[in-house]
Amino acid sequence: MDYYLQILLIVGIFITLTLSLNLINGYCGQFSLGHAGFWGAGAYASAIYSSFYALPVSTPINMAIACLVGFLAAALCGIIIGVPCLRLKGDYLAIATLGFGEIVRIIIMNTELVGGPRGFINIPHWANIYWIYAVALVVIVFMINLKRSTYGRAIISIREDEIAAENMGVNLFRYKLFSFIVGAGIAGVAGALFAHTQQFLHPSNFNFMWSVIILVMVILGGQGSVTGSVIGAIVLTIFPEVLRFIGGHASDWRMPIYSVLLIVLMLARPQGIFGAHEFSLSKGRKS
Amino acid sequence: MKLIPLLDLEHVTMKFGGLTAVNDVSLKVYPRDLVAIIGPNGAGKTTLFNTITGIYTPTSGSVSLDQKNLKNSKSSAITELGIARTFQNIRLFKNLSVIDNIKLAKHTRIQYGFWSGIFRTKRFHQEENKIEEECLKLLALFKLDDKKDYLAKNLAYGQQRKLEMARALATEPKLLLLDEPAAGMNPTETRELTELIHLIRDQFNIAVILIEHDMKLVMGLAEKIFVLDYGNLIAEGSPAEIQNNKRVIEAYLGVEIEVNS
Repeated sequence: MDYYLQILLIVGIFITLTLSLNLINGYCGQFSLGHAGFWGAGAYASAIYSSFYALPVSTPINMAIACLVGFLAAALCGIIIGVPCLRLKGDYLAIATLGFGEIVRIIIMNTELVGGPRGFINIPHWANIYWIYAVALVVIVFMINLKRSTYGRAIISIREDEIAAENMGVNLFRYKLFSFIVGAGIAGVAGALFAHTQQFLHPSNFNFMWSVIILVMVILGGQGSVTGSVIGAIVLTIFPEVLRFIGGHASDWRMPIYSVLLIVLMLARPQGIFGAHEFSLSKGRKS
Repeated sequence: MKLIPLLDLEHVTMKFGGLTAVNDVSLKVYPRDLVAIIGPNGAGKTTLFNTITGIYTPTSGSVSLDQKNLKNSKSSAITELGIARTFQNIRLFKNLSVIDNIKLAKHTRIQYGFWSGIFRTKRFHQEENKIEEECLKLLALFKLDDKKDYLAKNLAYGQQRKLEMARALATEPKLLLLDEPAAGMNPTETRELTELIHLIRDQFNIAVILIEHDMKLVMGLAEKIFVLDYGNLIAEGSPAEIQNNKRVIEAYLGVEIEVNS
């Protein structure tokens, strides 16, 4: 049973993470490859709070504070990296954010306070599956409502055409930075939830590979689609686990099969499962 | 004493390294003016538009709107002050619907806060309904209302040009800059366009500046014409004056050189 619960936990955390990257990558069109860095910064910062500076208040309040600490720490990283780097475009921004993600991991690796390469142990068990899905739900509602407001439209217009967007009165820098900071902050909250359900953190949880996996979830689901991000996170977390149970040689070839399926999916639907659309019960209305 | 100029360019020069794209251009445009800027390819017409809309900062000289100097204003702020434009090569938000393209242009005019949008308050719904109504009216004017849910990229070329104009108008400008609106249009569409530009000026009470190569359109539409050549303003006047201006004819057709033995 624990195994299934663990998968459910991870799915919930990845839904939040994928949505947060979708804000940066899917809505705003800024190619970020350092998302695991924000996730890690939030996880470690919140764990430092709960392990060393926890206030004498009830656990739910403390967990809420830990989430806030995770949000602020990651958002601060978002500002530090965003202000100089958002002047860069496309590939260059990707390389700069990639560098940032690695810097975070290396700082963690060399900080004795948080266990360095041995990992951060004995983090209090403050969060559970309800926390994770409550946060995921809040983020889903936030993302959908943002998309339908003029602020979301402004962010999406930057993805479509920066020059035209600016000419329609959209302040490019302000909205890019907004997406970057809020996207980073939400990833930080996902980090706090991860830390307080797993009770153990290791720098390798937050390496470059994980940034790529979150990015794959966004792209596979459909850039700019909230439904797509949720489906992408669910499918890509559960799928490798399902392959484990096929048995025989299939299990040995688990990762290659997974990779081939990704390639096939990208060839068949390059715009992602949902494209930019949302799942909607009332037919014909595209939001 | 005429009115106060809406747009006032004073000795505007724009250099890119050693190249002077716009050289010491001064011109005034008054409210409700319908003017055209013409000139051979590479004369600096689009560069002039880019300096007016803040994409470039002029090397020297000043651009003012309603006597307010636009120096150091960002492009987005200039839009908010009341200058809108279309682009020579269409720049729509291709993957958004026609109506969303227009709604986005209302961005600076929308009166609800960020959290109002997130929590979908009463105010949000009121404002969005109002905007939707305005946008539909605008689309109807351009005969695009039946296409409102189409993706912008799926419109026909002429419709895309129209949508770009509608989008520029949605920002509620005082001055509209049209960069080659008739490019790629057939004679029927061009005729429609002439009527449409007249309609825009009269209905919205705004000034329009257009860059255009289609001389029939320019001569039939513009009340005043400015002629650029190699970045210099070589002539200004009514269509009749421009047609008989020696320097303009030279710029377009070349100079006659006497060849003697």
